[in-house]
Parts: sequence; structure tokens; C-alpha cells
Amino acid sequence: MRTVFKTSYDADINLFRHSAQAGWYGLLFVVAAALPFLLDTFWLGEFTNVLIWAIAGMGLMVLVGQTGQASLGHAAFLAVGCYANVLLQERLGLPFILSFPLAGLVAGLAGVLVAIPTTRLHGIYLAIATLAVSILTDDLIVIAEPLTNGVVGLFAPTIEIFGVEFDRYATPARFYWLVFAVAVLIVLVYRNILRSPLGRSFAAVRDSEVSAQAMGVHVARTKAVAFGISTAITGLAGALMGHFAGIFNNETFNIIISIQLLLMIVIGGLGSIHGAFFGAMVVALLPQAIAISRDLVGEVLGVGSVAIPGLETALFGAILILFILFEPMGIYGRWIKIRTYFQLFPFYRRDMFRRQKSYLKTERMR
Amino acid sequence: MSLLEIDTVTLRFGGVVAVNQVSFAVEAGEVFALVGPNGAGKSTLFNLISRFYDPAEGDIRFAGDSILKRQPHEIAGLGIARTFQNIELFEQATVLQNLLVGRHRHRRGNLVNEMLFTPFVKAEERRHRAAVEKVIDFLDLQAYREKYIAGLPYGVRKVVEMGRALAIEPKLLLLDEPASGLSVEETQDVAFWIEDIRNQMGITVLMVEHDMHLVSSVSDRVLALADGKTLALGTPQEVQNHPAVIEAYIGSSENDEKVVA
Repeated sequence: MRTVFKTSYDADINLFRHSAQAGWYGLLFVVAAALPFLLDTFWLGEFTNVLIWAIAGMGLMVLVGQTGQASLGHAAFLAVGCYANVLLQERLGLPFILSFPLAGLVAGLAGVLVAIPTTRLHGIYLAIATLAVSILTDDLIVIAEPLTNGVVGLFAPTIEIFGVEFDRYATPARFYWLVFAVAVLIVLVYRNILRSPLGRSFAAVRDSEVSAQAMGVHVARTKAVAFGISTAITGLAGALMGHFAGIFNNETFNIIISIQLLLMIVIGGLGSIHGAFFGAMVVALLPQAIAISRDLVGEVLGVGSVAIPGLETALFGAILILFILFEPMGIYGRWIKIRTYFQLFPFYRRDMFRRQKSYLKTERMR
Repeated sequence: MSLLEIDTVTLRFGGVVAVNQVSFAVEAGEVFALVGPNGAGKSTLFNLISRFYDPAEGDIRFAGDSILKRQPHEIAGLGIARTFQNIELFEQATVLQNLLVGRHRHRRGNLVNEMLFTPFVKAEERRHRAAVEKVIDFLDLQAYREKYIAGLPYGVRKVVEMGRALAIEPKLLLLDEPASGLSVEETQDVAFWIEDIRNQMGITVLMVEHDMHLVSSVSDRVLALADGKTLALGTPQEVQNHPAVIEAYIGSSENDEKVVA
């Protein structure tokens, strides 16, 4: 077991706790950056998808995991980011390098606007209000046909930054690196929020609004800021999703995506950046895992390919139920337990984490 | 000029008059205690000072200025810190993070530089940490720094909550039953801490407490309340022997025994 001797306050402020941790994350960075050389085009596309979902998950995690505000409407902000990004490029002729951050900004402002009336609500009522936002957005996209092309949808152009093209099909490696760079940037920003007063005020609002107020935290403003940051990040993911999908319409960002996003971060582990990535792997790779196992089963039984409609949704639901029953802290919680087991070997006790069993605060009715 | 002036304050919840025409003033540098049976309006007075409620009548002044036009989140910025009767800590955060939230009123960074974690923000973090470490040393919380509140025993939580209020660096500290549920030894620690808070840190203390032993050992003046009304104001001895106080506690003034608490 490693004992870290802290010799200055910076040990608790720095990004990494100790040099070995920095080394492991450095290795992870190198492997992730080298993926285009290790994987074929198909799997590289799948991992690009994982990263996009992880960015969206981090966006929602800021709100749900950090600030304790449930949202069932985040697909709406994926849509806002996606449409804003493409429309800014097509209608105003802006280059991607401008339209992309602006799309995040537009989604962030939309989030703040939604937050002002809805964050007076708590728990399940907030979830219902944001659910309504998601459904409304779906309809609004259809109604605003002159702008959004309604149910026919829009094409996302090939990304061009200073003459270099990033296209999912033509240059999959470059597209992956672009998404990877955005993901790393968001992780850094997220970490910075967590270690600064802003992140602590989020946690304060999550755990006790009344004492947050007594500590001088402006609760309504903090919630609005959390919504803004959360939806801005989600909007960036939406913009990338649009370019990844190539063509999108109102159906691309329907209510199911909202629910999937929320379930994803619960499965991954609420309140941690790792959780967003773990959850994204489950959500984005599950369809492929099912397809592969389906082929395997077909081969073994010699009955050809078996197709069961709705299997993906059912499996997803089953996984979620199992997690809530047996591992409320998600995949990240399980990972911490495994890590602690080896760190303390042979002194790990089964009850070590019993006290930490906790549920999302917003689930409680108030 | 008194540090805190409660000027004929009345608060009604529907037909119930929780606080009825209460007036008192807390002078800078004193330890002032509020006593009284359950439902007397002591915690309600705290919530009025925290601006969680609006009084129906009267005025509350801090350092000469009315606080009634302030929002609840501005109260900490004025230099008024408080604890809660039923501990209100941030459960899913460590002791250190809880104390650092207490530094929120001293936050000078903004959204943008905190997201970028500029050297300025880093220097600020070091400054906050140094201030919090002083509180940790004062309250002997070193062993719990990295522990999550959710797993801490009750007595430690009580102390952490006091520490969080001290991290605000207040002029006035409101302690809502600092010794409730504590053992005799822990209550003694609290008594010493309250004295040090007043004498060394120069912080005025206003507390609600049922333990009359603690009240009489640390407080300069005591205000007794019952049913939202003022019963008696004076030194701990004067208030304990006041006929109205004795009647409020044991229901009759025939018996002159000091059976208060």
C-alpha cells in the first residue's frame, strides 16, 4: 500500500495525487491517443462514439452527480448544440472552429434559461419539468422547419479546421483525435471545477441547500450556473454527435436518449468523471456486444442469426436494475472496491464500504 | 452600538405566534445565551437572523444596519456564521471540503478563471487551505480531514459544523445547541472552545443551549424565552433564580429550588 506524505497544500490541489497516479493517467492518455493505430476503422468509430457519449455524460454528471439536480431532458441540449453548430456553419458560413464553441455557448444559455424557472422544483418534480423540455424540443424542431428542415433533417458538413479535414468516414483517425482532444479538454475543465470553490458550492447545494445558504452560497444562481455548464458541455457533445451521425433530425435526440443519458451515468457511477466514461462504454458498446453474442449463439446452435426485437432495451434495463440493487455506486464504485482490495491486501473487509451506500439525494421527495 | 440588535420582533406561523415582541441586544465580545423550554422560539430567532423567515414586525440590526433587506445568502458575507440544531453538513463531502465551503464568502475567483484554474485561483486555494488548517488545529480535527461526513460519529459532526462556521471568519457566531447529544467530556471541550473563540478570536457568540451547566459556565448574559415571549434577561444566576423562569420550567413558583434545566 502506498502512503503519500504530503509536504505542502499543493498535494491536495494538484491534478494528480502522486507521481505514480500521473504515470498511469499518462499511459492511458498515450494508449487512447494511439488507438487509431491499434484498431480497425469500425472499432475506431465505436470508440469515437464512446468518447462522444462520455462528453455528454460528463455534461449531465456536472448537474446530477455534482449539483444533485435531476434532469431527464438533456437530449434537448444535445439537439440545441447539434443544430446550432450546423446552422452556424451553413447559414452564417462560420468555420467549425468558431461554430463549435458557439454551439456550446448557445446550449449553455438555453440551459440557464431553462434553469431559472425549473430549479425552484426539487427531485422528481424537476425531473418531470426537464422531461417536458425534452419533449418540447422534439416538437419545436419539427415546427421550426424553415430553420431545421423538420423531420427530413439536416446534413452535417465535413469539419474543416485551417484546411485540415475531419470526416468520420474519409479520415476516421483525425475525427477520433478531434473528439479525443475535446474529451480531454472537458475532463480538465471538469477537474478544475471540482477543485475550486465553484465545485464545492455545487456539492453544498447538492447536500444541504439550507446550510449552503448559511455559508453564503447563492443557491438559485449556483443551480443556474450548474445548468449552464452542464448543458454547454452536453451541447458540445451534441455538435460532435451531429458530425458523427452525418444526418440528423428531431428523432435523433428523442426522449429515449435523455433517459439513456441519465441511466448511463447512474450505471457508470454518480459523482465521478470515471463514471461518465464507464457508463459511456456500456451504452455505446452494448449494441455491438449484443450483435457479436447474437452471431456467436447463432453459430454455436447452428440456427443462423437470431434476432430478438427490443433485446437491447431489455438488457439495458436489466443491467440498470442489477446495478441499483447490488452496486448503487456504479461501475466506478466497484472499481474502487477492487482497487482497495489489492491496495490493502490481505486486510480488505467486506463491510468497508457499507456506510457509503447512498442514493441520489434528489430521489427523495421533498 | 450593539453588534446585534433584535428590536421588538414578532413572527407568526398562521395563528401561532412563534416569536412575540422580543427585544434584546448582543454586545460585541460577549457570550450571550438563549434558554427556554422546547417551542420557546429560540431556533426561530436564529432562523430570523439567518433571514430564512421574514418577521411580521420589528427590525434586526447587525452593526447598526438593518439586515431585513438582505438575502439569506448575504448574511454570511456580513460576518454572521451559524450551526444548526439538527446537523446540516454536506454529507457526501470530506471534512476538509466542508470547511472549505465555509470559505465561500472569501471567494475572489470567478467562473472563468476557476474553470481554467489559473495561478491566481491556485494561490487562493492555498490561502483558503491555510485558513481552514487553523480551524482544524483549533478543534483537533486533524484525524478526520479526509473522512467523509457520511461515516463520522455524531460528536465529530457537531465539531465539524462548528469548524465550518469558524472557517467563515465571522464577527458573530450563532451556535444552535452546541452541546446537545454530547458526552460530559465533549461538552467540556465545547465550553473551552467557546471561551477561546471569544477570548482569542474575538468572535461574539450567541448560542441556544439547554445544558444550564454549560450556559452558566461560559455565558455573560442569558435571555430566557417561553412561548415566544421574553421571560428574563440577566446574568446566568439572575435568570436561573428568576420566578418566571422557574415557573416556565416546573410550572409553579412555590418551590424555590434551583431546578432549572
